[in-house]
Amino acid sequence: MKILMFGWEFPPHISGGLGTACFGLTKSLAKSDTQILFVVPRADGETTAKELEIINASNILVPLSSEEVKQPERKHIRSTKPTKKEESKIITLRVNADLSPYNSPDVLSGGTSISKWNYQFSKGVVQAGGKVRYQFSGSYGPNLMEEVERYARTATEIAEKKSFDIIHAHDWLTFPAGIAAKKVSAKPLVVHIHATEFDRTGNTVDQRIFKIEREGMEAADRIIAVSQWTKNILTKHYSIPPAKVMVVHNGALAKKQNSDIQQLPIGKKVITFLGRITYQKGPEYFIDAAAKVLEKYPDVHFVMAGSGDLLPAMIERVARLRISSQFHFTGFLKCNQVDKLWSGTHVYVMPSVSEPFGISPLEAVQAGVPVIISNQSGVAEVMHHVIKVDFWNIEALADAMCNLLKYPSLSKMLHKKSKEEIANITWDQAAKKINTLYHELTA
Amino acid sequence: MNLPHKPKKNFLNLYFQVHQPRRLGQFSFFDIGTGRDYFDDGLNQIIIRRVAKDCYLPANFLLLKLIQKYPNIRITFSISGSALKQLEVFAPAVVESFQMLAATGAVEFLSETYYHSLSFLHSKDEFTSQIEKHTEKVQQLFGMRPTVFRNTELIYNDDIGRISHNLGFKGVITEGIDKVLDGRSPNYVYQHPDRPTKVFLRNYRLSDDIAFRYTQKEWSQWPLTPTKYVAWLEAVVKKEELITLSMDYETFGEHHKANTGIFRFLENTLTKVAKHKYIKMVAPSEAIELLHPVDTIEVPESISWADENRDLSAWLGNDIQRDAFDTLCKLEESVKTTGSTTLLNTWRYLQTSDHFYYMSTKAGNDGRVHNYFSPYASPYEAFMNYMNVVSDLSLQIEKHKDISRIVRREFTPPETRKRKDSSWRPEKLTF
Repeated sequence: MKILMFGWEFPPHISGGLGTACFGLTKSLAKSDTQILFVVPRADGETTAKELEIINASNILVPLSSEEVKQPERKHIRSTKPTKKEESKIITLRVNADLSPYNSPDVLSGGTSISKWNYQFSKGVVQAGGKVRYQFSGSYGPNLMEEVERYARTATEIAEKKSFDIIHAHDWLTFPAGIAAKKVSAKPLVVHIHATEFDRTGNTVDQRIFKIEREGMEAADRIIAVSQWTKNILTKHYSIPPAKVMVVHNGALAKKQNSDIQQLPIGKKVITFLGRITYQKGPEYFIDAAAKVLEKYPDVHFVMAGSGDLLPAMIERVARLRISSQFHFTGFLKCNQVDKLWSGTHVYVMPSVSEPFGISPLEAVQAGVPVIISNQSGVAEVMHHVIKVDFWNIEALADAMCNLLKYPSLSKMLHKKSKEEIANITWDQAAKKINTLYHELTA
Repeated sequence: MNLPHKPKKNFLNLYFQVHQPRRLGQFSFFDIGTGRDYFDDGLNQIIIRRVAKDCYLPANFLLLKLIQKYPNIRITFSISGSALKQLEVFAPAVVESFQMLAATGAVEFLSETYYHSLSFLHSKDEFTSQIEKHTEKVQQLFGMRPTVFRNTELIYNDDIGRISHNLGFKGVITEGIDKVLDGRSPNYVYQHPDRPTKVFLRNYRLSDDIAFRYTQKEWSQWPLTPTKYVAWLEAVVKKEELITLSMDYETFGEHHKANTGIFRFLENTLTKVAKHKYIKMVAPSEAIELLHPVDTIEVPESISWADENRDLSAWLGNDIQRDAFDTLCKLEESVKTTGSTTLLNTWRYLQTSDHFYYMSTKAGNDGRVHNYFSPYASPYEAFMNYMNVVSDLSLQIEKHKDISRIVRREFTPPETRKRKDSSWRPEKLTF
């Protein structure tokens, strides 16, 4: 069985859960006789995996679109001056800023590698014979829509040249690519929903993205949703028949246990929020609950780690509540800093408004931290030894925080039990379900 | 209350503000607890030396030259302690040139808080100590005791007037804003409502013509020439008694670069004023003796020279500024009980108003001015960095308390305690 898989991120170039999920899933799929051709917009020497073949879309020769052939001087495609030697061969295309549908991971962090990597303009290098190699940024930058479209054109080329049995596309960014590949190959298409526009934005959806998502789901032969929560959104907002959707929960990547537990200097009792600071993650509920906890326990410290478009508003909210001395913002964190934070964290809270799955509670448990999660998350369907609250219920959230601070036996028990539990939430299990689906589709 | 015999000449006081904050370095969340250096003295050195080269040294030598030629010139400076200290460490030639100016007898220095702080808002003790510390520094370097007080960024209210009177100052300088003048002219000396303190009001229109509008090509009066400017001054002194002009000293060579002709403007304007038949330059202490108040002036709410609002909103206008300020102020008692000079000085450097100025979220013209001065990409970064530093400082204070408690109890006889305490955290530079 050979799968042509389209992704947008792959380690080490990740800014969110999508890359991690693709990595975990493909690793486990490769344990069976499933072969995977994994296409990413951009790859370099660091992007390697022995189990699968990585195809770097930036290396694929694609015929110029009619628009680019006819109108290279159009306002939004500006030619820059080629060097003399290569004058006839090279045109650098720059595409003007258009939109940023994903909240870019880090506006404020400055020089982190991720943010640098995210703000590149896409370029195309035209070879003799009127073909182009698009240089994808593989990011969620302002010219994302253009990149998604070009990625689809690249997919046509790949699908024509490679042989495979099934097409598997991860999230809307790759759906046009999946559809394009299906068109030329007539192979079955599986689309995998890790998040929808409704999760990211609530009710202010970008209609262009919504349309791409729906077209992908309609064109697909089967749909994989990462949770029942997500499946419900697909049936409700995208009018997808429930029978077409299969729920496959994500797994947790086994991680080396960081044995040296270090207290953070700010104090013994630290409650942490870690994730993008965006509407979807519900940061304001965490802050409001923190203020309530501080009324009872003035020595507790709160950490909000990560960045996102709501960071300034959240800083202001904390200041308005006059709790800045107990509430710390870290900005975007690197891996080793996240480990450090986990080791000093007493309670982890994920108050997401709409979380298709939510991998960070699993990471917290692996790091020995008890968790509080919102009922509005996919991970709540598979984790039972955690405290679950509705994201809007600040009283309940504050109460849960206080209880975990007050009763060490409770947090110890939760940690022990949830650790046992997540040992069974594996990518191998997810891969098993997906392999069964592949066989159904090719039977 | 007019003077019986109006003097033939009327007066002009020209005062320059010299201030440099001690800027913080990047201090991340994971630096909290490490106690590593808060201040980026490498950056501070670069900035101080650059401003010294572009502004302080050329401007001071220009003034020296002019004073030699026209001994009737009078110049007033207010130099914050944080600027003086950094100049001593990073650009001692500037301090020497100020000393040369002081020796001419034509130059006077004002009093202010050493740390250019907002301390009057949270602690009268602290406010007083910082004024005293500044007075000592001025006395030590320039051999004179200021008799007139100007608070950080010309912030003033009736209460500040009372405190300055209690500290022995005969006058204060503040902003001549329309709200408190209520139709009256800023070009006279006024008096505090219930103290003999004289209040000098900055003529912000004529001051900002140089400080802000000098390089604005869209201004209808651009280009501003010395002849035109002195004619404006003359028009005022022919009718009224005293013009108080004040601006950042960095106006000359830093805010307006040398190639704008600002030094030539200063030189020619001062020359014209020195030779002028109606204008007499005065130092504030002379003005106190020469001029009588025309009226009392009541300032119940704080005013300042900053932003369009001319109140406290430049530093405490939003929640992040207020929360950061409150968090720092709350450490006063605990930092003072440690008895550590290092911790106390650090806490005081964190009071410098600039740290809060960087956290302003104002838009428009005000926002542009805030951004010009800020070393941060956004007010939120300024806030996060500052709060990380304050968190660390509060941990260092706690640590110091624990250690000194143990030291006191277990090991050290009382007479050596002080030495132990002050050597707790090693300093690289003595500030």
